Amino acid sequence: MNEPRSRRDVLKLAGLGGVVFASGLAGACTDIVRKSAPQQDDFFFVQLSDSHWGFKGPPNPEAADTLRQAVAAVNALPAPPDFVVFTGDLTHTTDDDGERRKRMREFKAIVADLKTPVQRYMPGEHDASLDFGKAYQENFGATHYSFEHKGIHFAVLDNVSDPQAAIGDAQLDWLLSDLKPLRPEAPIVVFTHRPLFDLAPSWDWATKDGNKAIDLLQHWKNVTVFYGHIHQEHHFRTGEIAHHAATSLIFPLPAPMSQPKRAPLPWDPAHPRRGLGFREVSVDESRLALTIRQDSLEAASRG
Amino acid sequence: MRRADWLVIQLLSSLLLAAAPQEQVIQVTAERFKFTPSVIQLKVGVPVVLEITSTDRRHGFQVPDLKIDENIEPGKVTRIRVVPDKAGTWDFHCSIFCGSGHEEMAGQIVVSP
Ligand SMILES: [Cu+2]
Repeated sequence: MNEPRSRRDVLKLAGLGGVVFASGLAGACTDIVRKSAPQQDDFFFVQLSDSHWGFKGPPNPEAADTLRQAVAAVNALPAPPDFVVFTGDLTHTTDDDGERRKRMREFKAIVADLKTPVQRYMPGEHDASLDFGKAYQENFGATHYSFEHKGIHFAVLDNVSDPQAAIGDAQLDWLLSDLKPLRPEAPIVVFTHRPLFDLAPSWDWATKDGNKAIDLLQHWKNVTVFYGHIHQEHHFRTGEIAHHAATSLIFPLPAPMSQPKRAPLPWDPAHPRRGLGFREVSVDESRLALTIRQDSLEAASRG
Repeated sequence: MRRADWLVIQLLSSLLLAAAPQEQVIQVTAERFKFTPSVIQLKVGVPVVLEITSTDRRHGFQVPDLKIDENIEPGKVTRIRVVPDKAGTWDFHCSIFCGSGHEEMAGQIVVSP
């Protein structure tokens, strides 16, 4: 098969969540269009999600290797990202508190091999919902926070430390005070684990008070949300806000409500690691155009 | 997405329940990581009270399309009164993350004519 060494699907987005997004809704992807002369201010970051370190089972017989493969693939990118963000479910949960902490330590040891020094984390329910985020915070720090990078405001939201999958009013108040100083056109990127909108409530693909976050975010015009949880790419808009789910690093899940049960898609020995991968998000000098590039681990490790 | 307009869905206190002894009661057990029964059979027009108990820890009982979302605390009976007004099938699931099998903790309400 004549596949490129690293298969990349590209989705170009004009204006953080802007007009060209319609092509994403249609599922259309264009080839990579690399500017011949990138502007000095261009940068990109990498989103990894749902590595579920510690998972064992038929949906991923390589589970002990996949995270390392992802780290190696990110390290092998032609240019280094400015930062790497993990959007939750770093570890797979277990009732054994000691084992859960051990998985967090192991996860940290593996991602320590990332050459990108700046790494941002947030929990998924597997990391945080059994103890309200206690072990997670001991290992990775705060579960919600914000930071600035080259003219973009990034906010990390925690919708999992409350086991009912709620953000909570205290955190929403924080978000409002965090964003308040920004002008309405300011480019804002939100990272979170679960979808903020009702993607598939019957499959638990929602956030209990996610509508409150969306109502709040709608006061700004250039908001893009990157999340995980659903183990597949997904692109959706609520008003002017664009929501992009990323693939996982453990097993893909079926398209929302496409089958009776939300069970992992079976491992295909003919296409190992199919549906697993990570995402590059490029930001151009306007700070209002994002390009999403999907990197598949399936093709990357064939060459 | 299907959204049922059932007549009444409300939590009943034990007192209210005692005042309506004619209603059918269905016991539902929640435990990691299943509901028993996982398929709850109802009939159109027949009011029912679901009595949900947990045998181990806190779970949730959520039927998104019916706007039901209750916490199931261990040692407590959670009563949910339902009066189905149309036939159909509605998914429910545990809405409180409860461990490594949480995602499988789900079932269906099946209403027959
Ligand atoms: Cu549960």
